[in-house]
Amino acid sequence: MATTAPPAEAPAPSDERVRKVGLVQRLLVLPGTGAVLITIIIWVFFAAVANSNNFVSTAATAAILNRAAPLGILAIAVALLMIAGEFDLSIGSIVGFASMAIMLAVTESGAGGFGWPLWAGALLALAIALLAGFFNGLLVVWTRLPSFIVTLGSLFILRGLAIAITRQRTNRTQLGNLDEVSGFGFFDGLFGTEFTIGGAGFDVAILWWVGLVAIATWILLRTQWGNWIFGTGGAQESARNVGVPVARVKVLLFMTTAFAGFMVALIQAVQFTGADALRGRLQEFNAIIAVVVGGTLLTGGYGSAVGALFGALAFATLQQGVVIWGVDADWFQVFVGGLLVVAVVFNNYIRQRAARR
Amino acid sequence: MTTATENPLLEIRKISKFFGSVIALQDVSAFVRAGEVTCLLGDNGAGKSTLIKVLAGVHKPTDGSYFFEGREMDFDSPRDALDLGIATVYQDLAMIPLMSIWRNFFLGSEPTRGFGPFKRYDVDFAKDTTRKEMGKMGIDIRDPDQPVGTLSGGERQSVAIARAVYFGAKVLILDEPTAALGVKQAGTVLKYIVQAKNRGIGVIFITHNPHHAYPVGDHFVVLRRGQVYGDFTKEEIPLEQLVQMMAGGADLEVLQHELETELRRGAEPAAEGAAADDGPSPEDG
Repeated sequence: MATTAPPAEAPAPSDERVRKVGLVQRLLVLPGTGAVLITIIIWVFFAAVANSNNFVSTAATAAILNRAAPLGILAIAVALLMIAGEFDLSIGSIVGFASMAIMLAVTESGAGGFGWPLWAGALLALAIALLAGFFNGLLVVWTRLPSFIVTLGSLFILRGLAIAITRQRTNRTQLGNLDEVSGFGFFDGLFGTEFTIGGAGFDVAILWWVGLVAIATWILLRTQWGNWIFGTGGAQESARNVGVPVARVKVLLFMTTAFAGFMVALIQAVQFTGADALRGRLQEFNAIIAVVVGGTLLTGGYGSAVGALFGALAFATLQQGVVIWGVDADWFQVFVGGLLVVAVVFNNYIRQRAARR
Repeated sequence: MTTATENPLLEIRKISKFFGSVIALQDVSAFVRAGEVTCLLGDNGAGKSTLIKVLAGVHKPTDGSYFFEGREMDFDSPRDALDLGIATVYQDLAMIPLMSIWRNFFLGSEPTRGFGPFKRYDVDFAKDTTRKEMGKMGIDIRDPDQPVGTLSGGERQSVAIARAVYFGAKVLILDEPTAALGVKQAGTVLKYIVQAKNRGIGVIFITHNPHHAYPVGDHFVVLRRGQVYGDFTKEEIPLEQLVQMMAGGADLEVLQHELETELRRGAEPAAEGAAADDGPSPEDG
């Protein structure tokens, strides 16, 4: 039955029970609509209050997008996992651990490293990240404990290992000089370049971010795996009853979040030609905020990658806006908390409005 | 009564299921033929839920044998039963409310096009087939993109039944599909049961409501306290007798007597008596 699909017939005869639903109404039912509006509101707000500080400029836009890209890459994976009904609090620690794996691998053996070329270091970090994600997933599936607890454990374990191992081998927690390692040029071209548009530098990571959103959206809406992800998060038992491999879906999604952590580790290591064992700290929460602002249900079964894109964009706009506005950075957390609460209330409101039709 | 049945599609013989010291089922026998409806009736705690789980392959029976198309079966998982065409539609676990009708319809068995990394969910085919299959069952769906959560209980059951039929179910096990439904909606579901029967499917209809079972059933197996209390064909038993048997015959007479004396006492309020009517609880024991 699989491939012998007849082409879709002419649209079904119109049904008096189906109202014509306007474009606005149809947009409102999408998970990401709230985040788009929130991003616009934040942007307009800072455009008004920080206009004299050049908030509306290519430079500021580049700064916003450059901030949003790494957070956005994490948020895509976190969104997929959250739609399937699980959390990964260890993603920030995976960024730190993978960063240090790359740096330790390429640092000269005299300084406590392995003296490997960059490609080997990247492969090592990728393998470690995927393994960490695999174990996270396996533990969640086997023990049936909340992933919140399981990955909270990995958050501390992986961060602790990143600091302890690096310090033991090198007596430091920051390693640099990645640009002197063989093979750096190739990776720099892929992950570290900037495009200059209108005098401002846009990171190539922005392209990775948008590309990954496109892939994630395609997976969610147009593949069997996407259907399984929604099913797993929507009602696990029902999904299992009709033959969805719920455990496999979850383990693979934990590996996906770990992969996103690795991507960000590699991008940032190349960009900054080094890494700090504390890199990625608090990113697990920022990614969850971006995803929730993006309209994904914390309880699973509903959400989108495009929503996560705008969630990350809203977050970065806020972050950069506070900086450009010139308010003391201490106030930033107040704004982030406010954003989260307002966004969730707002998303809830429009979802109910949309459901009522 | 259940011996020497002619070509049963699915048959259980002397099935027992114990959970530790608890006897959930003892020596239960039943069968269903293609194109017939066998109703399993029982009040709360009669063992209906356990029996469904045995039939669906969730529980292994402690004792007894399970035949499907004449061969003895030993299922390790519900998937084994499903692969043979024994589909179970559970009361609450049939659908995923947040997902659209067509996504639900094909969940777990998505049609795909293309190869390798470009293998994709054939969305047009899925939407189209959902509408067509629902149409064959006499259900005209408004919009396949509608989330299942916005459908009524009866419509949800109907989608689940249509899905099972489409995926080649030979035996359809329905767990209390009409419980918790209004009169009209229950009627709709009963109509789909007849549709499925007419398409040559053997239907096992589990219910505690003889008024729902009688119009559609060919056989009636009444369970009480984990045992078969009676096994009849439609010709052998009128509805009134089935109702009485369900409620536990003698018990009901005693209750009726009590109620009458209570009422005869005059105009004094006897409100407590009213609580003992047959109001079915949607939960099965």
